[in-house]
This record gives sequence, C-alpha cells and structure tokens, in this order.
Amino acid sequence: MPALRAAAAFLHGRRGFYLALLLLPPLLWLGIIYLGSLFALLAQSFYAIDEFTARIVPEFTLATYRQLFSQPANLDIILRTVAMAVAVTAAAAVIAFPVANYMARYATPRMKALFYVGVMLPMWTSYLVKVYAWRLVLAKQGIFSWFLDVFGLTPVLDGALATPVIGGPSLASSYIGMFIVFVYMWLPFMILPLAAALERVPGSLVQASADLGARPGQTFRHVVLPLALPGLAAGSIFTFSLTLGDYIIPSVVGAPGYFIGMMVYQQQGTAGNLPLAAAFSVVPIVLIAVYLALARRMGAFDAL
Amino acid sequence: MTPAIELAGVSRLFGAVRALDDVSLAIAGGEFFALLGPSGSGKTTCLRLIAGFDQPTTGRVMLHGEDVTGVPPFQRSVNTVFQDYALFPHMSVVENVAYGPMVRGVGADERRRLALEVLELVQLAALADRAPSQLSGGQKQRVALARALVNRPQVLLLDEPLGALDLRLREEMQIELKAIQQRLGITFVYVTHDQGEALSMADRVAVFRDGRIEQVDTPRELYVRPRTAFVARFVGSANVIEGALARRLTGSDRVFAIRPEMIEVRGSDEPVPGGMLSCEGTLEEVHYHGATSRWHVRVGEAVLTAVRAEAAAAAVIPAHGARLRLAWARESLVPLEER
Repeated sequence: MPALRAAAAFLHGRRGFYLALLLLPPLLWLGIIYLGSLFALLAQSFYAIDEFTARIVPEFTLATYRQLFSQPANLDIILRTVAMAVAVTAAAAVIAFPVANYMARYATPRMKALFYVGVMLPMWTSYLVKVYAWRLVLAKQGIFSWFLDVFGLTPVLDGALATPVIGGPSLASSYIGMFIVFVYMWLPFMILPLAAALERVPGSLVQASADLGARPGQTFRHVVLPLALPGLAAGSIFTFSLTLGDYIIPSVVGAPGYFIGMMVYQQQGTAGNLPLAAAFSVVPIVLIAVYLALARRMGAFDAL
Repeated sequence: MTPAIELAGVSRLFGAVRALDDVSLAIAGGEFFALLGPSGSGKTTCLRLIAGFDQPTTGRVMLHGEDVTGVPPFQRSVNTVFQDYALFPHMSVVENVAYGPMVRGVGADERRRLALEVLELVQLAALADRAPSQLSGGQKQRVALARALVNRPQVLLLDEPLGALDLRLREEMQIELKAIQQRLGITFVYVTHDQGEALSMADRVAVFRDGRIEQVDTPRELYVRPRTAFVARFVGSANVIEGALARRLTGSDRVFAIRPEMIEVRGSDEPVPGGMLSCEGTLEEVHYHGATSRWHVRVGEAVLTAVRAEAAAAAVIPAHGARLRLAWARESLVPLEER
C-alpha cells in the first residue's frame, strides 16, 4: 500500500496538521453543538418579549433581567432553589465522605467492587420511575412513615412536618421530602469523585501524620480533608448544579413552591417567554461560577 | 540498662504467611541498629510494629521498658522516615516540618522556630518556604528527616530512606545520617537491603531471612564470623564450602565460609606453603572493579570467588579456562551452623 504509506509519512512530518485532523471533529461538536447552543440560549436572555404581540424582539435590552429581579416572586424562586441546592450539597457531602473513605481506604478489592456497583446501581434505573417511587414511599400512609411508626418515631416525623416552611401535610408534599429525594438522587455524583480523590491520597501520608503525633481527627482535618477537597469540589458542583437545574423532582415531590428549573420549563413552554426562561437559566450558571471562584480562593484546587 | 526497644517473641501473620516468626530483639538506647535482609524477609514488618502502624499477632513490643503493644502510633515516642518520604503535598517545607509541633498544640511562631532549627541541622533552612514538589529527591529526603526529628524522638525509625537516591548522594547521606545520629545521641533503627549501607553505618545489625533473625552482631563480627551460610553469602559475599569439597579439604562434614579476599590465586604448578589448604580449578570469569578484581574459579561442582588487589595481581591475567590453584590459610575457614 504505497499510497497509505505516503499518507502516513506526510502526516508524520506534520504533527500540527495531524493533531488538528484528530481534534477537529470533537472540537466542532463541542464548539457548535454544546457551547454554540448554550450561547444562543444566553443571547436570548438579552432580548425581550413584546407584551402585546407576544413575539420576541431581537434587540439588545436588559428588560428581561429587570423583570427577573424586580419581581419578589422570582427572587423567592431563586432563593428557594439555592437554599435547597446548598442543603442537598451539604447533606450529600456529609453522607458521602465516610462511604467514599471506606471505599478508597479500607475496603478489600472485592468489597470495593461491590460498593461501586451498589453506588451506581440506582443510576441504571429510570429517573422518573425513582421519583414517582419516592412519592409513594414518602406518602402519608407510605412505607417511610410506617417504618418510623414501627420504631415509635411518629412523633418525630409529626414534629418535623409541623415545622413552618419546610414542613407540610405529609413528607411527599413538604420540602423535607423533596430534600430527601434530591439527596438520594445525587448522592452517587458526590461519592464517586470523592472516592477517586481519596484513592489518590497515599496511605503513607496518613501514617506519617499519625507518626508525628496527630490524633485521627487531626489527621482527617489537616491531611485527608485538604487532599480530598478537589474531589469534594467536583462532587459538590454536580449536586449543586443538578439541584439548581432540576424541574422534575420539585414538580412530583414536595411543597407547591416553584424552583428555577420549573420556571424555565414553564416560561419556554406554556408561557412562551423564551427570553425570561433564558434569563432564569443564566442564574445557575452565574451561581456555579461564583461557587467555583470561592472554592478556588479557599484552596480547593491547590492539591490538584 | 533497659533497652530502648524490645521485641519479645513477636510474630505477625498475614493469612497463612508468617511475615515475622517468633522474633526477639533488644536495641540499646543511642544505638544505630540496622535491620538487614532481602525484600520479604520481615524487616519492614518489624519496623512497622515498632512504629505502631501494625500490631503483632502474638508477642509484645516494648519501648523503654513500657509495653506498647496495641498502642496507636500517635501515642508512641518514635518517629519514622518513610521510604517514599510521605511529605504533605499541600504544605510548604517548613509547614511539613512544623506538623509534629502543630498537632501537639505548639503556637505558630514557636513551631516555625523549631522547624527552622531542625531544617538548619539538615542544611535546608534556605528552602523553608518551597513546596515539596519543587524539591529534588535528596532534598525531600532531608525534609522527611527534619520532620521526623522535630519532635525530638528518643527513637528514629528509617525505612530504606536512601533507596530512591543515586549512588553518590546515597554515600553522602550515609555519612550525614551517621553524623546526625551521633550528634543527637538518639536510637536509629534503619531498615535496608543494602549490606554495604548496614555495615558502614550501624553499630549492630540484625540479618533477617524468611521472617526470622539469622544473626545479630556488630558489622565486624557479622563479616568475620558469620554464623550461617545465608549470612556469609548475604553480608560478605563469602564462598560457602560444603559437601564433597569440604570433606576433601578438611575431612569433616561441616559447612564452612571463606571470604574472597582470603583466597590466594596461584599457578597450578606453583608450590603451596605448608599449613595452607588448596584446591585446583579452572578460571571462568574475571570481573574488574578498579582497585580489585574478582576471579570466579570453578572447583568441581562449586564456583569459588577470589578477590585480588589490582596492584598485587599478575601483570598477565590468564585466559579463561586456565588451570589455577586456590590456596588459603586453614584458620580463615569459618565453620557455619547447619541449617
């Protein structure tokens, strides 16, 4: 095959061209399909809708943003969503850390494989099925309240549901229930990067810390946690952004208050206000950018 | 005097594998003690039991007469220099060294002063604010040493600390480690598989094999009077004479060691002075080492090695396959224990 050999020789002599040839298709895909459509969406937020004709006027204006931030109801939605995302992220981190630490540091290879499958198994099922299943689990006569009743914990549940704002008539129709479902749903996205980060911390560092006189708590605070921060940051970006953008869980489980995702869904669908939907979807992007900047300033990526 | 470290009948089993098998050992305060052996011989396990990273299956570990079996590492007055240095990557050099005082609650200024003092000792104070990733292997080694010394431990454990360094640096660090040990007067327990390192630095050496201690002695005794064939071969690269050859030369069934430098090489027809043992063989190989050369000579089943000083060597090295006579004084044969 002299032609093929000549082509190979041609490419070998021109590394840059060869690289461009390889990278062009994925870059085009990423650039046009991913980022292009994202920027097209974001550009929409700088247009506004004509109140009378309900048509989008393609001229630059901040009117949509003014509308977004001037209405207290919208601010409520943003605040509610952010509060939920923060709570879910914090809870996921607290639950995931011991699990990930066990997987990375103590589990035998067999046990580790079992844990990885266990963590990922729920993700093999349809997301909608899980959300609807949780609605039944958390219903007034559902398994969850039955289970608590077996242990005589019904008063605790009643007390929690009587709490203003986060309570409600049943778990399935309260923010507590929504929080439980969110944490359940995004927990694997916290465990996996955290376990990966912890696996990269050499065991000798933990031993060195103990050797120098650090109690286990001190070793955790000064060695394990700082070195796991990149994993924690990665995991929290998942849980934070997934909660900020989700519209299915808030519409199936929990109190009737709106979330950003539901607003985007409604504005671009029934209301037909694409600019406002776009403006709403800018909010999570800005929030995550701010979060990343903060995490960076706090040194979350120093160990990378 | 109470030994600084004492192991009493210590065994460590990993499943069915006996990493340590009924080891007893006493190390005196201020001693430079080497644990020498090939990989998998149990020397590192022994060190980990003293540090507290691992616990013995049976037996007791004592530090300064106090039973510390089951006591976690952070409550033991020993510190370790790790083979991979184990420097904290998210801390600067001085923060690494100040870690011990920090977790003990020493204030920021005081612990920085302590850390700089020890960094001075290892000649690294100038690099105090660097990150570990910016250091060379030898510098990391010094930081690891400083970090382990900052707590003023009575016992310092070193796990193949020079293993990752190149030859020249290793020799430099050997001299420096020995000097630091003598200056501070603390007990060093030094794990190595390099017999040269153990012989040149240690006051006493324990030779490990298959989870057991073959011999504990001063370097000189180990070299001059090895007790077993394993020690003779591992420590002094000695020739082991056994079986038919031993019977023919000495008339006994015992096993003997003879060090290469005790063997004279003569022509096959040269006379042998009275009182010397000799045997004839064929030259297989000559390895040139500069000041000396090693001659490998086949005698029947065995290959014996003789070391000749280059200055004393014959101007002409005989061709391979040449017939030679090996001769040595009867007293230089060291009888070994049967194993």
